Amino acid sequence: MEASISAKKDLVIEARNLTKVYTMGDVEVHALRGLSLQIERGEIMSIMGPSGSGKSTLMNTLGCLDRPTSGEYYLDGESVAEMNDDQLADVRNRKVGFIFQTFNLLKRASALANVELPLRYANRNEDRTQIARQALESVGLGERLHHKPNELSGGQQQRVAIARALVNNPAFIMADEPTGNLDSKSGDEIMKMLLALNKERGVTVIIVTHDPEIAKRTERVVTIRDGQVADK
Amino acid sequence: MNYLNSFVVALESLAANKLRSALTVLGIVIGVAAVIAMLAVGRGAQSTITGTIEGIGTNLLFVISGGNSDVTNPKPLTLADSQALRDSFAAPSVIGVAPMMQGSATVTAQGESTSTMLEAVTPDYGWVRNLELTEGEFISEAHILARSAVVVLGPDVAEELFGRTDGVVGETVRIEGQPFRVIGLLVSRGGSGFTNEDNRVIVPLTTAQARLLRRSTPNRVDMIIVQAASSEAVPQASEEIAAILRARHRTGIGADDFTVLNQQDFLDTAAAVTGVLTIFLGGVAAISLLVGGIGIMNIMLVSVIERTREIGLRKALGARKRDIMIQFLAESSMLSLLGGVLGIILGWLISAAVGAVAAASNADITPVIGVDSVLLATLFSMAVGLFFGLYPANRAASLEPVEALRYE
Ligand SMILES: Nc1ncnc2c1ncn2[C@@H]1O[C@H](COP(=O)(O)OP(=O)(O)OP(=O)(O)O)[C@@H](O)[C@H]1O
Ligand SMILES: [Mg+2]
Repeated sequence: MEASISAKKDLVIEARNLTKVYTMGDVEVHALRGLSLQIERGEIMSIMGPSGSGKSTLMNTLGCLDRPTSGEYYLDGESVAEMNDDQLADVRNRKVGFIFQTFNLLKRASALANVELPLRYANRNEDRTQIARQALESVGLGERLHHKPNELSGGQQQRVAIARALVNNPAFIMADEPTGNLDSKSGDEIMKMLLALNKERGVTVIIVTHDPEIAKRTERVVTIRDGQVADK
Repeated sequence: MNYLNSFVVALESLAANKLRSALTVLGIVIGVAAVIAMLAVGRGAQSTITGTIEGIGTNLLFVISGGNSDVTNPKPLTLADSQALRDSFAAPSVIGVAPMMQGSATVTAQGESTSTMLEAVTPDYGWVRNLELTEGEFISEAHILARSAVVVLGPDVAEELFGRTDGVVGETVRIEGQPFRVIGLLVSRGGSGFTNEDNRVIVPLTTAQARLLRRSTPNRVDMIIVQAASSEAVPQASEEIAAILRARHRTGIGADDFTVLNQQDFLDTAAAVTGVLTIFLGGVAAISLLVGGIGIMNIMLVSVIERTREIGLRKALGARKRDIMIQFLAESSMLSLLGGVLGIILGWLISAAVGAVAAASNADITPVIGVDSVLLATLFSMAVGLFFGLYPANRAASLEPVEALRYE
């Protein structure tokens, strides 16, 4: 029955029985304990849960930054578990758009250069500057192309990060506490922008948050507890 | 990511840390400059030395006292030995024999005083060494027989004592306090490398033996210069000289108490000395390059640690291991290449300065910077950068993206 459902749906993410065990000396930490999750294309959803429940671990696994200890993971239909480091790097480059709590922009590079970065690693022969400029214009920063991160407000920096996440047309955007370092007004702007991207351009968005107000604004909320999806 | 991009990225990050980059580069600059300058000066010195030796003449042999092994009771060379070498039957390849003694002396005249090289010779010395006079005459057989108090002056000595280099014949000078009549003045040869042939006085051998250069054995000479019939006849002449002296000194086989040297021997000795010198200088230069390389490695390791988050971010955005590797290798090799180029310029400046100082002090060493030493320095510094960049770059490339992103 399960298989027939997934055949019909257009799944961006299909994770089955993911486990992640961190070994620190003699101590084993089970960050994920048989977690399964499906995310459809065009969804906007949030992941909530208490601190230490495994949200970041899940994000890192779904974002192909890290491999699960066991379990299956299909991203856009491709099985990630068997991939080598270079293949994972390519998947991150083409399929995943990361947005971090601390923005993670290159300090010494302009907004434009920051947005160009994924294009550089994509090795495509296109007009990178043009594409990066369009991405920045789409997040309302057409006037700030040559500003360095320290010449931009927090909200603006996060918008540069959104442009960077969008620039390679990824399968989904993964935002770990995107508003955590922002005041409520700029946090609201960022949320509006993510919602608009989802509604207008059909981008799949996954948001990790502690804030129930943020979670309420997304279509679907998944709660993680002790490395598993909590029953409602 | 292509290579051009990597180099642009590397340049940007070096430019962002200008002072640090400059200090790091300094090690390589000094190393390369040392290589360039040492090779250049070494080569200049070598060509000056060989030039001086080649100026001696290809058909001369020098006989000196003392053998290679520790011979018991070596007999000194004497005037009688030199007379024996004139035997055209025993030594048909020999056409000139010039025994001589050497020392230094203080020469005074008209209240002026100068210290100079003293050569005590026979008439043959003049043509064996191609001496030319601007005025007067050279020492004659009559002077030798009479032990005359006569002297031929070098132009520098005349200049020192009389303030002129003409019309000094007939003047009287005092050598070690004893009066000598000036009979001739040498043509100036200019300073040649390490000895100044213009600063000397030449007196009859017998006069010197009696009055100036007393030796323990009477009639002893310091050296016998022998001219062979031609440069091809030099080995033959060498054999003949050895045979005569062995007979006279009654030495056994392989126990010669004299040594016969020719131009080639001097060239070989000089080549051996400069060879050792070059290896030594090269070693010093290599060590400084090594130190420079370790400096690069050190700063690259610091840079990797500082940029851990950046590396994590780049990996999250799709950088492969190779991309990160190239980025850091580009940085380290660019640092060292920059150091190499600056080092070549500095090395060139140093050699030019050494050349200028040498010229000012009359020792004409002209430092020569060869294309090969420039190439060597460039390649070597690149290699140093790559080699010492490899470990830090690999460390950066092997960082786990999650760990790197979490790094504070
Ligand atoms: N690199 C690691 N080594 C060892 N244990 C780890 C590592 N990363 C996470 N953990 C552990 O795994 C568990 C889940 O951590 P995770 O960071 O996924 O939690 P989280 O839900 O993101 O928490 P928070 O809301 O505080 O960010 C925690 O117990 C944590 O201590
Ligand atoms: Mg977390």
